[in-house]
Amino acid sequence: MIDALKREPVIRVRNLKKVYRMGDVEVHALRGIDLEVQPGETVAIMGPSGSGKSTLMNMIGCLDSPTSGEYYLDGQLVSDLEDDELAVVRNKKIGFVFQNYNLLPRANAQQNVELPLRYSSDRSSLRERSAAALEKVGLGDRMNHKPKELSGGQQQRVAIARAIVNLPSIILADEPTGNLDSKSGQEIMDLLLNLNARNGTTLVIVTHDPGVAAQTQRIIRLKDGLVQAEEGAL
Amino acid sequence: MKFLQALKEAVSSISSNRTRSFLTILGIVIGVGAVISLMAIGEGAQQTITRQIESIGTNVIYVMGGNMSQDVTNPRPLTLLDVKALENRNRAPNIEAVSPVLNANSSVKYGGESENTNIVGSNTAYQKIMNLEIAEGTFYSDTEVSSGASVAVIGPELAQRLIGRSSNVVGTSLRINGQPFRVIGVTVAKGGSQFNNPDLNVYMPITAMQMRVQRGDSADRVQFIIVQARSSESMSAAISETSAIMRASHRLSPRQPNDFTITKQEDFLSIANSITSVLTIFLSGIAAISLLVGGIGIMNIMLVSVSERTQEIGLRKALGARKADIKLQFLTESAMLSMIGGVLGIGLGWLLSSAVGIIAARAGTQLVPVIGVGSVLLATLFSAAIGIFFGLYPASRAANLEPVEALRHE
Ligand SMILES: Nc1ncnc2c1ncn2[C@@H]1O[C@H](COP(=O)(O)OP(=O)(O)OP(=O)(O)O)[C@@H](O)[C@H]1O
Ligand SMILES: [Mg+2]
Repeated sequence: MIDALKREPVIRVRNLKKVYRMGDVEVHALRGIDLEVQPGETVAIMGPSGSGKSTLMNMIGCLDSPTSGEYYLDGQLVSDLEDDELAVVRNKKIGFVFQNYNLLPRANAQQNVELPLRYSSDRSSLRERSAAALEKVGLGDRMNHKPKELSGGQQQRVAIARAIVNLPSIILADEPTGNLDSKSGQEIMDLLLNLNARNGTTLVIVTHDPGVAAQTQRIIRLKDGLVQAEEGAL
Repeated sequence: MKFLQALKEAVSSISSNRTRSFLTILGIVIGVGAVISLMAIGEGAQQTITRQIESIGTNVIYVMGGNMSQDVTNPRPLTLLDVKALENRNRAPNIEAVSPVLNANSSVKYGGESENTNIVGSNTAYQKIMNLEIAEGTFYSDTEVSSGASVAVIGPELAQRLIGRSSNVVGTSLRINGQPFRVIGVTVAKGGSQFNNPDLNVYMPITAMQMRVQRGDSADRVQFIIVQARSSESMSAAISETSAIMRASHRLSPRQPNDFTITKQEDFLSIANSITSVLTIFLSGIAAISLLVGGIGIMNIMLVSVSERTQEIGLRKALGARKADIKLQFLTESAMLSMIGGVLGIGLGWLLSSAVGIIAARAGTQLVPVIGVGSVLLATLFSAAIGIFFGLYPASRAANLEPVEALRHE
């Protein structure tokens, strides 16, 4: 192991478990995940449907709390924070990219990108910062377009601009290319990898596409709520 | 400036679905409109009644037969003898003027025209006590009263209706209750309500009325007596003089209660005021119930809106919105909806009450609806409060959504 990699991982997950209770039935979505992701790393999470990929992403994204286990984000134990504290963590440290883009239909591109800034403690120069983020994803000329006036690939780029506008440590993308054709999908991958290379933003992607996964530094394979294999680890 | 942000979002959300927003606030619009217009009409009616009562004349005391608060055996009716007694300056130094009054409805005919109208019998002092102004001719004199002359003073509108003109009618002969009367004067137009319009009155010497219009009734009967005090300071002295003279005139022993009732103009005012304000409060209260119903309508639509926007709420939470942020957003929206309803309702109330004022004026009643700053302020604040109150539940439902669940919602 190289010395540099011994610094604090940005994501450190210990024996993470998540149980969903549906009436009398218990669904063990995660059954003890151990995982570390270093700052600046690009990681793909693969696995069959129902293996717990989205559940793990929700834990990493602080959208949901684990049933047991520990999760350190940037060295901070976040697995037992309160709802509002988690909201602040999500706002500052995490950028989400969803399969279905999840843009507000009434707002234009710039207003969509501004949204995380409005919920942050620093609400200065919203326009400038959102415009800069849209420039970075190559949509500087589409600021006033509503989502329905944009192609799927462009909408996903607006979503990426929204994910990076608050300069997060991690971008979490759950099947970001799932709704796109292979050409636009590749453009989105290029963009995400480019942002990682330029800004050192950690990138975690859930995907079913081996071609997409192959472009990341490491592939983690889940099965039945457990890590089954890791490939291409450093 | 989180609040400003919430305001902007509320405007955008409300205006993105105008039809629904309008239907949502309709209940509030109607409720506020009803409250505002009823309060305005009530206030206008109160002012009209006050004006009418005040126009009767100042420092006036009314003496009526019977005791209204106590049972009296065989109360004596009021007569012209009582009036004579009250006119005695030596015994009643604080009394300025006294007149008997007799009211009746009777037919008045001129040529082929006929009107059924209010006949007032009185003596000469009546004109001064009631501020009755004469436009043409004269009021009847003391001589005419003591001789029971067949003369009449009529209101201008009655003259118009019967004779076809409201001036140049002195000397005309009318038939009142079948008896011939000569018009000697016309009063100045005052305006008034349909039911109590002095411009349609006929005034005649009470003696003439007793003999020719009220035939069959005991000859010197008087309905009530009006007494004018010398000044507002001498009112209470005038009242006790009136009471003492009336007791003596009715030969009441010291242990017998009054068999007459004395009332002041202010008493009528306060009774009228309390009746109109009780009516106004009662009707506004009923209208306020529709405000509650309107509030429930807002809550209903806000709940629908929360469930429609579940995914949006999940997204906002994922992007860092805290519970308070979501709550503020939905509360602002419902408060704004309700306040828009309130403002439109004030407009509607203004329209409604103006319409009522116009209709009343057409019908001959002077009623100017009064929309006070107070009721506008009250309506605005109240509707905002309704919006906040009925928005609380939907807003906290939204705020407490789990981000993952909300995001997954389709
Ligand atoms: N809210 C929930 N309530 C109950 N069970 C759940 C819930 N969310 C997920 N699960 C269950 O947890 C397991 C893992 O689900 P998850 O969504 O993480 O799978 P996934 O790997 O993302 O699958 P896919 O590739 O289809 O998206 C599944 O069996 C699922 O049914
Ligand atoms: Mg999934």
